[in-house]
Amino acid sequence: MQFGLSESQEFLKDSARKFFAGECPSAEMRRLMETETAYDSALWSKLTDQGYTGIIYGEEYDGVGLGKVELMLLMEEAGRALLPGPLFSTVVLAGSVLDAVGSPTHKKKYLAPICRGEARATVAILETSASWNPRDVQMTAANGKLTGEKFFVSDAGVADFILVAARNGVFIVDAKAKGLKISPMSGMDLTRKLYAVEFKDTPGEHLGPATNLQRAFDIACAALSAELVGGMQRTLDLTVEYAKTRKQFGKPIGMFQAVQHQCADMYLETESSRSAVYYAGWALEENAPDASTAVSIAKMYASDAARTVGNRGIQIHGGMGFTWENDLHLYYRRAKASENAFGDATFHRERIASLVIDAPGVTAKSA
Amino acid sequence: MDLKLTPEESSFRDELRAWLAKNAPKNWAEWREKPLEESFPYLRAWQRKLHDGRWAAVSWPKEYGGRSATLMQQSLFWEEMARVEAPPMANSLGLGLIGPTIIACGTEAQKKRFIPKILSAEEIWCQGFSEPNAGSDLAGLQTEAKLDGDHYIVNGQKVWTSYGWVGDWCELIVRTDSTAVKHKGLTALLVDMKSPGVEVRPLRQMTGESEFNELFFRDVRVPAENVLGKVNDGWKVAMSTLMYERGSYGARLQLTFNRYISRLIELARSVQRNGRPASEDPLIRQKLAQCSAEIEIMRFNQMRAFSRISATGVPGPEGSIQKIFWSELNQRLQQIAQELLGSYGQLLGGDPHAVDNGLWSYGYLRTRGNTIEAGTSEVQRNIIGHFVLGLPRSY
Repeated sequence: MQFGLSESQEFLKDSARKFFAGECPSAEMRRLMETETAYDSALWSKLTDQGYTGIIYGEEYDGVGLGKVELMLLMEEAGRALLPGPLFSTVVLAGSVLDAVGSPTHKKKYLAPICRGEARATVAILETSASWNPRDVQMTAANGKLTGEKFFVSDAGVADFILVAARNGVFIVDAKAKGLKISPMSGMDLTRKLYAVEFKDTPGEHLGPATNLQRAFDIACAALSAELVGGMQRTLDLTVEYAKTRKQFGKPIGMFQAVQHQCADMYLETESSRSAVYYAGWALEENAPDASTAVSIAKMYASDAARTVGNRGIQIHGGMGFTWENDLHLYYRRAKASENAFGDATFHRERIASLVIDAPGVTAKSA
Repeated sequence: MDLKLTPEESSFRDELRAWLAKNAPKNWAEWREKPLEESFPYLRAWQRKLHDGRWAAVSWPKEYGGRSATLMQQSLFWEEMARVEAPPMANSLGLGLIGPTIIACGTEAQKKRFIPKILSAEEIWCQGFSEPNAGSDLAGLQTEAKLDGDHYIVNGQKVWTSYGWVGDWCELIVRTDSTAVKHKGLTALLVDMKSPGVEVRPLRQMTGESEFNELFFRDVRVPAENVLGKVNDGWKVAMSTLMYERGSYGARLQLTFNRYISRLIELARSVQRNGRPASEDPLIRQKLAQCSAEIEIMRFNQMRAFSRISATGVPGPEGSIQKIFWSELNQRLQQIAQELLGSYGQLLGGDPHAVDNGLWSYGYLRTRGNTIEAGTSEVQRNIIGHFVLGLPRSY
């Protein structure tokens, strides 16, 4: 049994960190977040060159064929850099939905272009209720046409096609289809843009049954949690650095236990989230019987931890932490958006309860 | 990353499983509730049996009667012991902490003299570290030892000594050089508890029981050959012992917590709340889910830590994270039990209406000690702050 990363996993993580630090440092991230879509085509083609756009998909779809643990590592590093743009929406979310729901023909047509870096996509799920429970989806396709409104659709502004969750299946809608209206929603996270998407007799191609969405949502949840871990790590690093250099009463503030102990807690929360995320990645990869529980544990813990780590980081930075120029609030904004996306901690605790309390024996202990 | 068992791990587990099926006592449940004084001979006998099968100290090197088990195998060992609800071993400090320290720091003569009887539970060991004025600031301890010919004369007082009442031998940290700065003047001594001048008194704790003792030393003569490690190098020896303490305990506790949460879920199904089973109450569900998730995360943290130690050979700060994590989690778990049981939660063992014979009222009180014993949460956070994050020392 080996919970540590393998040499090739370490290499992937390390090169992703260097890549994001080089291609998307803080100044570039800030430039992109001020744009309308936070998307940059030059950066996208560099992501493609690295193989990131096809990381977990089969070679038959022009993917790289790596596992879910590798995906966690990539997203952790993307989260550390607060990478703006549609990597999550396109590669993780839309890609996983296509992979879980679509036929091989669909995958050739839609997933392969994503892997090759030619197409951007997203998934439209939430409606007025803003409920992440798939059962609360009301939109229903009639005669291959969709009518209604979806909210909080990430990166729809740069999507070439949108996958739509409906009661009677998942549908693919071309971004240029008639009757489709995409309008921005002003979300707190400036690096991941949200949109309202309106459908009026909009033609959609049936991809497959909505029942297979859960598997894709689980991967999305785990990947979001991995991003949160990266964000927590960055927040911790910035905070510890600040606590070592900022002096008050003639001493570095990190010498005061009221400050030091908060840093220790940030470390504990970050590392525990990381353990949970890596385990979830492994459980998904191995299709372990407790994979869904493991995903909810990771999302639940990381959602709460990212907020707490952010609170502590800003507090320790004092006035500096409250300024626009300091990056902490950008991570804090992302943490709040990701906390809600695909179910917050309360949502996932209830899911854990239904898996563990209502159906005992599902939590598999180590094999 | 690969969480499947290796062939070596599987065969270790299978061998143990087969041995336990044949040898583990089936009647521990009858003994569990009794005072330790009464069950101690039973625990000694169980340890002797384990030792006969070479299972008493799996982590020890083969040449000293162990199996040179890896950390993963050690963790499997505790998992299997928990699975069959096997009793603990009588000489748990000797096996877990002091034996490994003697193997690491002791002379050949000391190893020959002490190790076999630690394994066989013929000699029970206790640990004399904390003092009334030296808890978190252990290096400030004052019990002194003065050389007189080929003996040290020991005077002073120790406190919070587990197994003091039954201890035959004690790993005692004493001050041998009062002119040196704090931790530089300390020495570890192996002290025969039957020596004249040693007095053991029970220390009654807030649960009402006496798990721990106070030890008093008045002109106790200890042969100089019983110095463990080098004279004035006792701090290093003590730290080596504490490292073992923080290393392995988490693995065992995680299994205990699993048993607790399963029981709480079972209780939640039988306890009524607002006219329906508590297991259907949304707030109770939230709390049980949070707790069961944290128990899993404790397991993940532990596995990651083991892998890292196996790779680097050096126990890192993991011990401090685990210590904070399990002690605070245990307190939250006990609070959930109290909320679930309502008025019944306060009933003590022996009361005919008590749930699980007072396990939960006891646990509620006992877990207050968890964030204090084996290094307070504050000390653990100091360790993380300074040694992991590189923040300046706060004290």
